[in-house]
Amino acid sequence: MFSEFLQYLLSGITIGSTYGLVGLGFFIIYNASHVINFAQGEFVMIGGMGTVFMMQAGLPMPVAIIMAILLTIVIGMLLEKLAIEPSRKNASVVTLIIITIGASIFLRGLAQVVWDKDFHTMPAFSGEETIHILGAVIVPQNLWVLGGGGVIVLAIMYFFGRTALGKAMLATAYNPLAAQLVGINIRTTLLWSFGLSGLLGAIAGILVAPITFTSYDIGIMLGLKGFCAVILGGFSHGWAAIVGGIIVGVAESLGAGYISSEYKDAIAFIIILLVLFFMPDGLFGRRGTDRV
Amino acid sequence: MTLKHPSTGGLLILAVIIAILPSILPNNFYMDVAIRIGLNAIVCIGLNLLIGYAGQISLGHAGFVGLGAYGSAILTGEFGWPAIPAMLVTALFVALLAFVLARPVLRLKGHFLAMATLGMGIIISIVLNTEARWTGGPDGMAVQPMMFFEYMVFGEAVWYWIVGAALLIAVWLSLNLIDSPVGRALRAVHGSEVAAEVCGVNTTQYKVKVFVISAVFASVSGSMLAHYGAFVSPEDASFFRSIELVTMVVLGGMASTYGAVVGATILTILPQALARFEDLEHMVFGLILMLTMIFMPKGLVPTLSAKFRRSPVKVEAESEAQGGGAT
Repeated sequence: MFSEFLQYLLSGITIGSTYGLVGLGFFIIYNASHVINFAQGEFVMIGGMGTVFMMQAGLPMPVAIIMAILLTIVIGMLLEKLAIEPSRKNASVVTLIIITIGASIFLRGLAQVVWDKDFHTMPAFSGEETIHILGAVIVPQNLWVLGGGGVIVLAIMYFFGRTALGKAMLATAYNPLAAQLVGINIRTTLLWSFGLSGLLGAIAGILVAPITFTSYDIGIMLGLKGFCAVILGGFSHGWAAIVGGIIVGVAESLGAGYISSEYKDAIAFIIILLVLFFMPDGLFGRRGTDRV
Repeated sequence: MTLKHPSTGGLLILAVIIAILPSILPNNFYMDVAIRIGLNAIVCIGLNLLIGYAGQISLGHAGFVGLGAYGSAILTGEFGWPAIPAMLVTALFVALLAFVLARPVLRLKGHFLAMATLGMGIIISIVLNTEARWTGGPDGMAVQPMMFFEYMVFGEAVWYWIVGAALLIAVWLSLNLIDSPVGRALRAVHGSEVAAEVCGVNTTQYKVKVFVISAVFASVSGSMLAHYGAFVSPEDASFFRSIELVTMVVLGGMASTYGAVVGATILTILPQALARFEDLEHMVFGLILMLTMIFMPKGLVPTLSAKFRRSPVKVEAESEAQGGGAT
C-alpha cells in the first residue's frame, strides 16, 4: 500500500518539476512583458525533439543537448522580435494571445514537417539502473529532473534578485516608461526574457524526454500544465511556479493511480478551473489591483 | 452612417449568392465544401459575437460543437428520438451548461479567460474520448440520418438548402442582436468594461447572454454536422478545431458578421486546396493567425470595407471614434 503511494508520489514530483520549469518560463515572460506566451510548450518540444534529431545526426549527447538549447533560445528570441515586438505597443490582450497561439501552432506544424510525426525516446543521462526507496522504484533520470529543477530555481532566484538584467526585467514589467527613464533598454530586456524562457523550456524538455516520450505535439499539454502550475502558484514568486507544478504533478499522478488513468489529463484542468474561480491570485499570490 | 441599410443589403447579397451557387458548382464535392463552409460560418457568427463584440475570447468553442454533435447522435441513435427534438433538447442542454459555466468563467479576464475556456474545451474533448460506452471513444460513432416525419433528409443537394437557410437565419439574428440594446451594451463592454458598468450596463448579464447565444449557435451547427456527415468523432471537439474557429473569426474580421462568414469560407476552402500538402496545414493556420494579428488586427472585411468606402484619412478618424466597430 505505502510503497504504491510512494511510487505515485515520486513520479508525480518528477513530472511536476517539469511542469514547474515550464511554468517558470511563463513566469519570466509575464514578469517582463505581461504577455502570456502560449508557445511556451513548444519550447519544451523543440528542446526534446532537437536533441533527439541532433543525436540521430551523429552528434554526441552533450553537444546535441547544448545545440538544442541554443536553437530554442534563438527561436524564443525570434518569436519576440518578429511577432511580439511589432504589435506589442498598441495590441490588446486578446491580440497578443492570438499571436502566441498562432506561433505555437506554427512551430508545431514546422516540427512536424522538418522532423516527423513519430514518438521518439531519448537515452537516459546516466543509465537505466533502478533505485529502490522503501519499496518504490525510480530511475536515475528522476534524480536528474529533480536536481536540474532545483539548480534552475536557485539560479533564477539569483538572477532576479542579484543581477542587473534580472532587475531590469522586473522593472520593465512594473512600469515600462519609468524603466526606460532610468536607462533600461526595454527592447533588449524583452528579447532576453524570451531567450531565457526558451532556455528553461528546452531544459525541461530535455530532462523529461528520457522518462516520457517526445513528439511534435507534446508541447500543447506540457505548456498547458505549466500554465496550470504558474496559475496555481501565482505570478508573484518564481519558486511558487515550481511548487504549483509539483502540486499539479502529484495530484495528477495520484488521480491516475487511484481514480482513473483516462481522466489523468483532465485533473490538471479541473485544478486550473477551481483555482481560477476561487483563488485567482494563486496560492502564494499577492492580490493585485487593476488601474482602469 | 445608418445602422440598418448596409446590413440588410448584405443579407440580400448573401441570399443571392446562396441561391445561385448550386448552379455554378460542378459536382457534389464542391457542394460538400459549401455545406461545411455554411456550418463553420454559423459557429463563427456566434463566436464573433463573443470575441468581436463583447471582447471575450473563447478557446473552447469546438467543445460546444462537439456536444451538439454528440447530443444529437446519442439521442437519435441510442434513444430513438426524432432528429429535430433531439437537436433542440441538445441545444437547450448546451445553453444550460454554458449558462452555468459563464458566470465563473466570464468573471476572468484576458489570459485567464483564454485558459479557462481552453481547459473547458479540453475537458469536454477528454470526456468524449473516454466515455466509449456512449460516444464510441476515439473512433467516433455513426449517426442516424435526419428524419423529417417520413422524409429522410439525405444527400448534398438537400442539405445545402437546409444549411443555407440556417446560415441566413444566423446572420439575420446576429445583425439584429448587434443593432439591439444588447449589441450596444456589448460594444460598451468591449470598449471599457468599467465605463460600461458606471453607465449602468449590467456587464455580467450581457456577457453571460452572449456566451450562451454563441454556445447555442455552435451546438446547432454541431447537430447538423453530425446528421449531415452521418458520423461524429472527438476530432470535432478538439483543441485544434477551437483554434480553427478563432482563426476564421480573426481573419474575417472581429466585430463583423460578414467577416465571420468570409473567414469561414476562406479557411474551409484552404485545407481542401492544401489537401496534397496535408502536413502544412498547421503551419499555414499558425502563420495566418500571426500575420493577420500583426498586420491587419481588424481582419479582412473591416479593413477592406474601410478602404473602399472612404478616403483613408476619414476612415482613420472614424475608426478611432467608434473603437474599430464596423458592421
